[in-house]
Amino acid sequence: MSRSVVEILLARPKRGVVASGGWRAERPVVDSSKCKLCGVCWLFCPDGVVEIGEEKVLIDYEYCKGCGICAHECPFGAITMVRER
Amino acid sequence: MAHRAFPREEYLERGHAACPGCGAMLLLRHVLKALGPNTYLVIPASCTSVIAGPHPKSAFRVPVLHIAFAASAAAASGVVEALARLERPGNVVVWAGDGGTVDIGLQALSGAAERGHNFIYICYDNEAYMNTGIQKSGSTPYGAWTTTTPSGNPGFKKDLPGIMISHRVPYVATLSPAYPSDIAYKVKKAASISGGLKYLHALAPCPPGWRYEPRLTVEIAKLAVLTGMWVLYEVEKGVFRLTGPSAGLLDKSKRRPVAEYLRLQGRFSHLSQEEVEKLQREVDEKWDRIAELLEEGKR
Amino acid sequence: MRALLLTGNYAAAYAVREAQPDVISAYPITPQTTVIEKLADFIDAGELKAKFVRVESEHSAMAALIGAASVGARTYTATSSHGLLYMYEVVWWAAGARLPIVMGLVTRAIGPPWNIWSDHADFYTLRDSGWNLLFASNAQEVYDFTLLAYMLSENPRVSLPTAVAWDAFEVSHTYEPVQLIERAPDLLPPKGAWKPPLSFEDPASLGNLAYPEEYLKIRKAMKLAALEALKVFRDAAAKLGEVSGRDYSRGFECYRCDDAHTVFVVMGSIFGEVVGAVDTLRREGQRVGALKLWLYRPFPYESLAEALKGKERVVVISRSSALGAASPLAADVATALQLRNVAAALVDISAGVGGADVTAGDVINMYKLAEKGSGVFFWQVER
Repeated sequence: MSRSVVEILLARPKRGVVASGGWRAERPVVDSSKCKLCGVCWLFCPDGVVEIGEEKVLIDYEYCKGCGICAHECPFGAITMVRER
Repeated sequence: MAHRAFPREEYLERGHAACPGCGAMLLLRHVLKALGPNTYLVIPASCTSVIAGPHPKSAFRVPVLHIAFAASAAAASGVVEALARLERPGNVVVWAGDGGTVDIGLQALSGAAERGHNFIYICYDNEAYMNTGIQKSGSTPYGAWTTTTPSGNPGFKKDLPGIMISHRVPYVATLSPAYPSDIAYKVKKAASISGGLKYLHALAPCPPGWRYEPRLTVEIAKLAVLTGMWVLYEVEKGVFRLTGPSAGLLDKSKRRPVAEYLRLQGRFSHLSQEEVEKLQREVDEKWDRIAELLEEGKR
Repeated sequence: MRALLLTGNYAAAYAVREAQPDVISAYPITPQTTVIEKLADFIDAGELKAKFVRVESEHSAMAALIGAASVGARTYTATSSHGLLYMYEVVWWAAGARLPIVMGLVTRAIGPPWNIWSDHADFYTLRDSGWNLLFASNAQEVYDFTLLAYMLSENPRVSLPTAVAWDAFEVSHTYEPVQLIERAPDLLPPKGAWKPPLSFEDPASLGNLAYPEEYLKIRKAMKLAALEALKVFRDAAAKLGEVSGRDYSRGFECYRCDDAHTVFVVMGSIFGEVVGAVDTLRREGQRVGALKLWLYRPFPYESLAEALKGKERVVVISRSSALGAASPLAADVATALQLRNVAAALVDISAGVGGADVTAGDVINMYKLAEKGSGVFFWQVER
C-alpha cells in the first residue's frame, strides 16, 4: 500500500476520537428478562455502541453517551436509564 | 430482528464527537451501511467536520475530503470526474448540513446538478447553523427560535428538494432517521443510478438546537413524518411517489396534529395557539397540493 | 524544435497540453478566456484527454481541482483579478492540502473601478498562500514555466501548488515566437508518480480539525517544503535548460548588471522597456543594469543579494499599488539586501498601475528621480 506523499496531513480512522463514555450522566441498563433481542436499540443508537449478542444486548460503556434513545425506543421497556454515581 | 435486516459493518467509529442523541449521526450511520466502504465522503464545514474528530484521528472508516463551506458540490464534482478519468471505482457522496446546502453552498450545488455529475448529495438538515451555535439558516422553519431569531424565525424554510426537482436531476428523495429501511432503500437506489446528481434531503433532529432531551430524537423524527410536517417521498425521473408512512397520510384523519411534533421542542415553545393553527393549515395545504400532484400524475 | 507564433495565453494552453492534466476546471474572465478556449479546442480535437469541469464560479473551479487532485488527478486552472479573489479562500486551502495544482494567472487590476489591464495586485495576494510563484515576461516563458510548474509541484519533496503569472494583454494577447520543447512530457514526472491522499483502499481524512500543536506541525512541514522548492526549482530548471537551451535555474536573469552601480529589479513584461532604458542610459555613460525576477516564491534571497552585492542603488519597479507600505517586491528585495548586509540604497517605484503604459522614456525619468533621491518610494503617474 503506497502511502501518500504528505502523510503528516492525513487523519486515520480511530476508535474513540473523544472519550465519550465520560460524558454521560446516566447509563442504559438492560433487563434481560424483558429483552426480546428485537434489535431496535441497535437500530437507533447514533453512536453504534449497542451490540446484539446471541443471548443478550451488550452496551459499550466506554463510549456510550447516555443519550437515552435506546431506553425510550425499546418496545418492551427493557432498558432503563440509571444515574451514574 | 432489526440487527439482522441491516448490514452489521459500522463505518462510524465509536467515540465520535457528536452530541448525545445526534440525529445526523444516526442518519450517517445508516447511510454508510447502505453504501459500503468504497465511498468517498466530501464534507464541508458543518457539525460533521468537528464530529470527525481532531487530527490525526478520524471517526470515519472511509476516505474523507474536508472542504471549505461553500465548496462541497464543486469538490465532489472534481472527485468524481477525476475517478472517472483515472478509471477508479467508488461512490462519491457529499454529506453537508443545511447551511452548506441551501445558503452558502447553493451555487455550487446548482452548478453541479446542471452539469450532471455522477455523485450523491446528502443534506442533513438540522434546520439551523448548529455547528456555530444555533443561528438561523435558510432552512430554519417559520417560528423557530434560534440565537439570531430569538423571537422566532420570520422567514420560511427553503424547499431544497423542490429546487433540485426543477434542476431535473435523475433522483430526489427525503429521509428521516426514524425510518432506516427507507434510508437504505433510497441510498441504494441513488447509488445504483449512474449518471447525474442524486439529491437526498434528510431531517436531522438536534437536541441542543431544537431544545429537547436527547432521548426524544427518534420520536421527534417519527412525529415529523406522522404529522405530515416532513414528507417522505422520492422523485425519480420526474415521477413523484410517497414512501414509508407518508404513503398513508393523504387522508388528513390519519395525520397526527402538528402540535404533537411542535410541543416536544423548546424552539417552538413560544408559539401562540394562532401560530400553531397557522402551521397546521400550512401542512394541510401542502398535503392538498401533494394530492393534486398525484392526481395529475395519474392522468 | 518546432516554433509557433503564439500569444502568452495560447503558450500556456500548449504547455498544458504537453502535461496532459486529467481534470481542468475554470470559469471565464477577461483576459484569461483564450487560455481555456484553446484548452477546450484541444479536448474537442482529442489532443488533450482531460475532463473539463465548466464550473459556475472560480471558487468552484479551485474546489473542483482540490477534489480531483485529492484522488490523484493532474489538474489545471487559470484565472485573473476578481476571479482569483473570488477563489481566494480555496487557493489557500489547496496549498494547505499540499496538492500539486497548477494555475495560470493573467495579472489584471482589481476594481473598483473595473479595469481589465495589467496590474500585479492580484498576483501579490498570493505571496503568503504557500503557492510557488513564477512570473513570466513573454510567451516563451509562459510555456516554459507552465512545464516547470508541474515538475516543481509534483516533486514529493515539494507537493505544493504552483501559479505561473503573466501580464494581461502585453503578454496574454500578444503574438510572439515560442519554441516548443520536443518530448516535453518526458521532462515531467510520470503521471501517477504522485500518490494521492485519498483512496478507499487506505482510508484517511484530509483536512480534519486540528488543535494548535498539530496545526503547527503541518504548517512547519509546508514551510520546509517551500524551502526545498528552491533547490527543486533549480534542478528542474536545469533539466529543462538542457533540452531547451533556456536556463532559468538562477530564478532571475541580469542584464548588464556586472559593473552596474544601479540595478532595476522588475517582474514581467515591463522588463523589455527597462532594457531599452538601460541601453540608452549606458550610451549616456550611466552604469546601470536590469534584473528580471522569475521566481517570486520561494523568494531567492541569497542569490539575489549576491547579484546585488556592491551596487550603490537598487530601483524596484513594480505594477503594484500597495497602500501605506512599501511594494511587496521592494519589501522582499529589501529583506534580501538586509540579510546579506548589502549596503545599496533602495528606491521603490510603483509604475504601470492599472495597466498604464510604461515606456523606456518613463524608466529613464524614474532613474533621474531615483538619482536625486526624491523619496524612498513613490509612484510614477505623470510622464
